[in-house]
Order: sequence, then structure tokens, then C-alpha cells
Amino acid sequence: MGENLKCSNCDNQATVHLTQIINNKIIKVDLCESCAQAKGVTDPEGFSLADLLNKSHVPTHEEDSSLQCPDCGLTTADFRRTGRLGCSSCFTVFASLLRPVLEDMHVGTCHKGKTPDVALSRQSITVQLDKLEKALAKAIDEEAYEDAAKYRDQIKSLKEEAENYEYSQS
Amino acid sequence: MIEPLLNCKDAELTHNTQKATPVVLSTRLRLARNLLGTPFPERASLAQRSDILSKCSDHLSGLGKMKKGSFFEISELSDLEKQVLVERHLISRELCESQQGSGVYINKAQTCSVMINEEDHLRIQFLKTGFHLKNVWKQIDRFDTELEEHLDIAYDSEFGYLTACPTNLGTGLRASVMMHLPGLVLSDQMERVIRAVNQLGITVRGLFGEGSDATGHVFQISNQQTLGEQEGDIIDRLGNVLKTVIDHEVNARFKCLEDSRSKVLDQIGRAYGVLRNAHVVNSAEAMNMLSLLRLAVDFEMLPESNRAEIDRFFIECQPGHIQHATKSEIEPDERDVCRAKKLREELGSLPALDFDKLADLT
Repeated sequence: MGENLKCSNCDNQATVHLTQIINNKIIKVDLCESCAQAKGVTDPEGFSLADLLNKSHVPTHEEDSSLQCPDCGLTTADFRRTGRLGCSSCFTVFASLLRPVLEDMHVGTCHKGKTPDVALSRQSITVQLDKLEKALAKAIDEEAYEDAAKYRDQIKSLKEEAENYEYSQS
Repeated sequence: MIEPLLNCKDAELTHNTQKATPVVLSTRLRLARNLLGTPFPERASLAQRSDILSKCSDHLSGLGKMKKGSFFEISELSDLEKQVLVERHLISRELCESQQGSGVYINKAQTCSVMINEEDHLRIQFLKTGFHLKNVWKQIDRFDTELEEHLDIAYDSEFGYLTACPTNLGTGLRASVMMHLPGLVLSDQMERVIRAVNQLGITVRGLFGEGSDATGHVFQISNQQTLGEQEGDIIDRLGNVLKTVIDHEVNARFKCLEDSRSKVLDQIGRAYGVLRNAHVVNSAEAMNMLSLLRLAVDFEMLPESNRAEIDRFFIECQPGHIQHATKSEIEPDERDVCRAKKLREELGSLPALDFDKLADLT
């Protein structure tokens, strides 16, 4: 069963073992029952080790401290302090910081599970429509009427596809 | 506000008279989901949070599973009402503490609850009495797919479902099983079990968090990892570990009977006496005594039909429920008196412990 671990907070034997990412580092903490209770470690969803640990002990990396998400404003320092991301775009901005963390945290680093197929198809149609409408406007501006007609047909067919799709889902 | 929910005669955990099983109390699965284009709740403005709340609650109200369900805005609930919902695991402590613009949708049978603007935009939870990982996965998967038909869910081909905390990335799936493990606790094996399953990426936590001797011997065992594995594999892995834990628990119970029969029977007998006669019972003591009474059912010393009733008391004897029943916030001492009264009244019709039945088991 391995060695007996001592509580990170006192010297009693630890029976609660927690792992969490703080400041881009995997932090493991072992607590005894009473310290776990005193620290509020009773809710697996709502507990943050960042609240428990003395943050000054956690090393920082100056070299990549300048990243900031253009959409939600999350900075590298915010990410390190809270271990949380702010929006979907953060995953692109902080991908390089995230990947090594995920290696230690999960079974693998690439998703193998379910995909939101319906939502992705709908999003894909929306993105394509958006692109075609921009291309159509440009073609009209440039008086490239042959291209414009082509884009208009494509938009029409895509909208029909989307309508059929909505119909089949309802 | 929450009375209709508490009085509902179809509630899975409190009014399910048939399905309570030995060892496993309930199976609970949750999925973390976010919508595209809006910051996650912690970084969203109040306007954005309100927008997400109204968009999601509108959409949820149209789903079949939520027919006759209840929607609550967290800011409109009293502290006591929130505590009752937490004690039923229908909302999390984090949701209680969240800013304005958070809510929860709960279906009539309380088998499904969807928290809006907790750590993620959506936290979908399905639960069922007993050990039903695959069945509950099928239900939550179907519900999640229905949700996706009209909501643009944040997803990435590499990271899977995008969640605020990297611990939930990928599937966003946390599968938990509530287990009653008095055999392992009484035979001092629980710590070893916790350490062993930890090494397999599985987490164990006490349900009621009152210290190792005061938890009612109820533990919540769940997967820790969510990325790099399919949902079915996560569930199979957890299920296999849990089957081993169940085997160990059953063996430990019989070993306890073999090694210290008089001590175990004495503990059960005393619990029976306390619950039916005491006038002051605190929460931790109630959980421990109820745990021993549940063990008596599993040992066939009480009819099987009493198991579900005992499981209901596990929920209804918690501080929030006791106070809610008295319609006021009362001090712990007074709560202990109310709790004892409830137990005396409701367990008054319990048949006598049949110690002869136990002889057949050994």
C-alpha cells in the first residue's frame, strides 16, 4: 500500500489526498480528516487548493508571463493564480502552458470522447454562410457578377441545407 | 419556494421505497458544458451571466425531462433553502456562493438538476438510486445531445468540451457513486482502500464530512480524470474498481461478524435503541446510528423495505432539513432535540431486530 503520508497542515496521518493545478504546476496535498474538514474540503466541485496553499511558495515563470486572452482579458498571472481559464479563446492563447499540465493530470492529452455533432454541423454552416456572404458583398463591390452569382447559388443551397437540417432535428 | 420539491412524492432519493440496495446508495453523473462566445461565469459580466441564465433556462424548460420541473434563481433562495438543496446534492456549495445571475433547474423526480453559471455555464447532473453507471450515462448523454441541438457548446477537437478548470476538460464527465462502507471502516481497512483507488485515478471523499468516525460510513467515489479516455471507458474503469470495493466491503462485514460478533451486534442493538428512544441526537450521531441500522437491514435483521426509509433519514436528519421542517433557523441544541423527536416518531413502527436471522448468514 506504500508509505503512510503525513498531513500537510499538521503531523497527523493523511487520509485525504488531493491534486490540483496551481500556477501551471501540479500540486498534491495530503490532509488528515480534521484538517480536510477545517479547510472545507467536502465539496469536490467547489474546492480550490489555491485557497489552501501559501501562494508565495509556488514558483513563477517570468518567461511566459505576458500572455493575455484578447476575448476575456485573462492573463498568465490570473491563470496561475486561479488555475482556471476564462473563455473558449483562452485554450488557444494558453495552450502551451496547458498541455504539460494536462499530461500529468489526465490519462491522455487529446480528447477521445463524445463530440457535439449537431452543434458542430450547425456552427460549420454558420461559418460557411458568413464567409460566402462576405465574398458575395466583395464580388458585388468589384462588379464581378459571375462570381457573385456563383456565391448567391452557394448561399441559397447552404440555407436550404440548414433549413432541412433544422427540420430534421425538430 | 422549495416546498413543492420537498413534498414531491416521486423524489428519487427520499420517496423511492423499492430500489434501495446494499452497499451502493446512489449513482450520480455530471457533465460540465459551456456556451460559445461568452466568457465562463467567473469572468462574465452580470449582463452576460443574466443572458446565459435566461437563454439556458428557456431552453431547458422546453425539454421533456424538465416537464413540471422547478427553476430557482439562486439570489431568490434563502440561506436555509440553499442548504437544503446542497444536502440533497441538487446544487453545489459553489453555486450558493456565486454572484447574481445563477440558477438551477430541477426535474420533478429530482433525478436531474442543471446548474447554470456555477463554475461552468452548465453543470448537468443525473442521479439514480443504486449502482447504475451505464444506465445513468445513457440518460445524461441523451439529455446532453438534446441540449446541443439548440445551444452552441464550446468544444475543441484537441481539448474536447471546454471547461473553466482543466481538471474537467475532455469529456467534462464526473461519475460518482455513493457507497455505504461500514465493514471497511469498522475493520480499519478504509484508508488502505482509499490509497489503492487513488493510485488508479479515482477519488474517495466522505459524504457528510463529519470526521472519520462520524460520516455514517458513507463515501463518494468518483473518477478524477476526464481527458484522453472515452466516456464508456471512464465508466467501465470506475465500475470495475467499485465492484472490487463492494466485494471487499461484503467480505469485511462477514469478517467483522466472525471476529467480533458480539461487538458488532452490540453496536447495532445500541443504535436501534438510541434512534428509537433518545431525546437529543446530533447530526453525526444520527448518521452513525442510521448506518448501523442500514447494516442491520443488510444482515436481514430488519425487513428490506426499511432500507429506503433509513436512506431517507440520512438526508432528512441533516441540519438544513431539520431546520426547514421546523420553518425556522434554530440553534444546534434545539435541532438535536427536533432530530431525536423525528427519529423517535418515524422509527416507532420499526419491527424488533431479529438476531436469529443473522445466524442463517454465518
